[in-house]
Amino acid sequence: MNETVAELQRDRIVKLLAAGKRIDGRRADEPRPLSVQKGVISTAEGSARVHLGRTDVLVGVKIGLGEPFPDTPNSGVLTTSAELPPMASPTFETGPPSPTAVEIARVVDRGIRESKAIDMAKLCIVPGEKVWVLYIDIHALDFDGNLLDAASYGAMAALTTATLPGTKMGGEDKPLPVECVPISITCAKIGEHLLVDPCLDEERIAEARLTVTTDEKGAIRAMQKGLNGSFRFDEVQRVIGLSAAVGKGIREIILK
Amino acid sequence: MGDTEKKVKLIDSDGRRNDGRMPHELRPVKIEAGVLHRADGSAYVEWGGNKVLAAVYGPREAHPRHLQKPTRALVQCRYNMAPFSVSDRKRPGPDRRSNEISKVISEAFSSVIFLEQFPRTSVDVYMEVLQAEAGTRCAAITAASVAIADAGVPMRDLVVGCASGKVGGVVCLDLNKDEDNFGEADVPMAVVPRTGQIVLLQMDGHLTAKEFDQAMAYSLGAAQQIYELQKDALRRRYSVSLEEFRAKEATASPEPEEEPKYDVYHDDQPGVAE
Repeated sequence: MNETVAELQRDRIVKLLAAGKRIDGRRADEPRPLSVQKGVISTAEGSARVHLGRTDVLVGVKIGLGEPFPDTPNSGVLTTSAELPPMASPTFETGPPSPTAVEIARVVDRGIRESKAIDMAKLCIVPGEKVWVLYIDIHALDFDGNLLDAASYGAMAALTTATLPGTKMGGEDKPLPVECVPISITCAKIGEHLLVDPCLDEERIAEARLTVTTDEKGAIRAMQKGLNGSFRFDEVQRVIGLSAAVGKGIREIILK
Repeated sequence: MGDTEKKVKLIDSDGRRNDGRMPHELRPVKIEAGVLHRADGSAYVEWGGNKVLAAVYGPREAHPRHLQKPTRALVQCRYNMAPFSVSDRKRPGPDRRSNEISKVISEAFSSVIFLEQFPRTSVDVYMEVLQAEAGTRCAAITAASVAIADAGVPMRDLVVGCASGKVGGVVCLDLNKDEDNFGEADVPMAVVPRTGQIVLLQMDGHLTAKEFDQAMAYSLGAAQQIYELQKDALRRRYSVSLEEFRAKEATASPEPEEEPKYDVYHDDQPGVAE
């Protein structure tokens, strides 16, 4: 991704931050408005469209039958992928998944897997032979910064609406059991400032970013540091605190 | 066409189709223009069970460079299906089918856009099928054409995609999924409604010349209906009602009585140099 930003805009963001303001008028710990529409795609077993500010992501969950991996015969299979089609931004290109797309998919996957949001053991039908296979497909539609969090909210919202298609094997459809709802919060670092949910211009000039995924109890379930800059230990602690605090409100919106 | 051995009743004794339509009827179509923020132009189409989003960028510098035409613009279309848009998950990325569709759609738009006005550039048209239920390429063309207009790219007319086919021995307009799978023929086409020029035409299956004429007559008739919906979507996007206009006029006083409020986006703030 080759995002550029005018020097004038960079100066303006930095100067506003010095005066305690953000370019779009938010507080440093304030995410953009989040809206979630669930069950928007009838061909998917679960789906959600998420608007985080002007960032727009559609996530579909497909569930089918398959074989477990030989080293985990008693658990289902979870695969997460992300597409950043050129529709979503003038800087996105066609071709195989970019490193950014792979990173988004893997960080979202990790948050869900490591928090045990889905109990993979419950997706086993016949050990070693037949299990449910879950595909989470993230489709970016409009990119205005912080795709990572938007994708992760979309994935969780889609999972909460997903159905195990039991009728495919002569049984009954039942809701996919979701054990907990991990929430990721990304902070961008610009100078000494830590900004929750960076918008595109903030993301473009950020020196570093840190994503922290926390669960209902505030425990840390996944982390990812990105970009060339660095964080001090106390900054990492602040981001963790922000993640747990801000995540609460986001979780309520996703579960609504 | 699909497995004709399988017995599926597609036309009942009243001449109705399995979704209750008569042979000449379209599925419900909804069009919205200007739905994305980043793209230069965009549109969303719901057509029966199809949900398609189209975005346009350009005219912009054509990449890769060696494709640039010194005398005109390129039209580069990309038709893509989301993995969750079909009942069995589709592997992400282009396949032979979507590459072919992208190619014929690019060619269809090349004949209506005033390409000679933008040498060395590319008009990039991206269509994402979010939910598929037969007739996705026609829905995609219909959406793309509204998106190109929304982007302000000059063209001779909008383009409408529409399909007809043959089902249970009867020529029908706008086949649904079962009809597409178990019918005898499908003829997707795209037309320039103002002139009647056909800019995309494909066909598979089995039709007599007479049946083909009937299919085309259905599609051309339906294209006029869809054309109206396209224009309506653009009007809704860009028109201002008289009431709104008057309300705006009434609130806008000729001389501002107080200083305009500080606006982080547009106004200078004391101490914040541009």
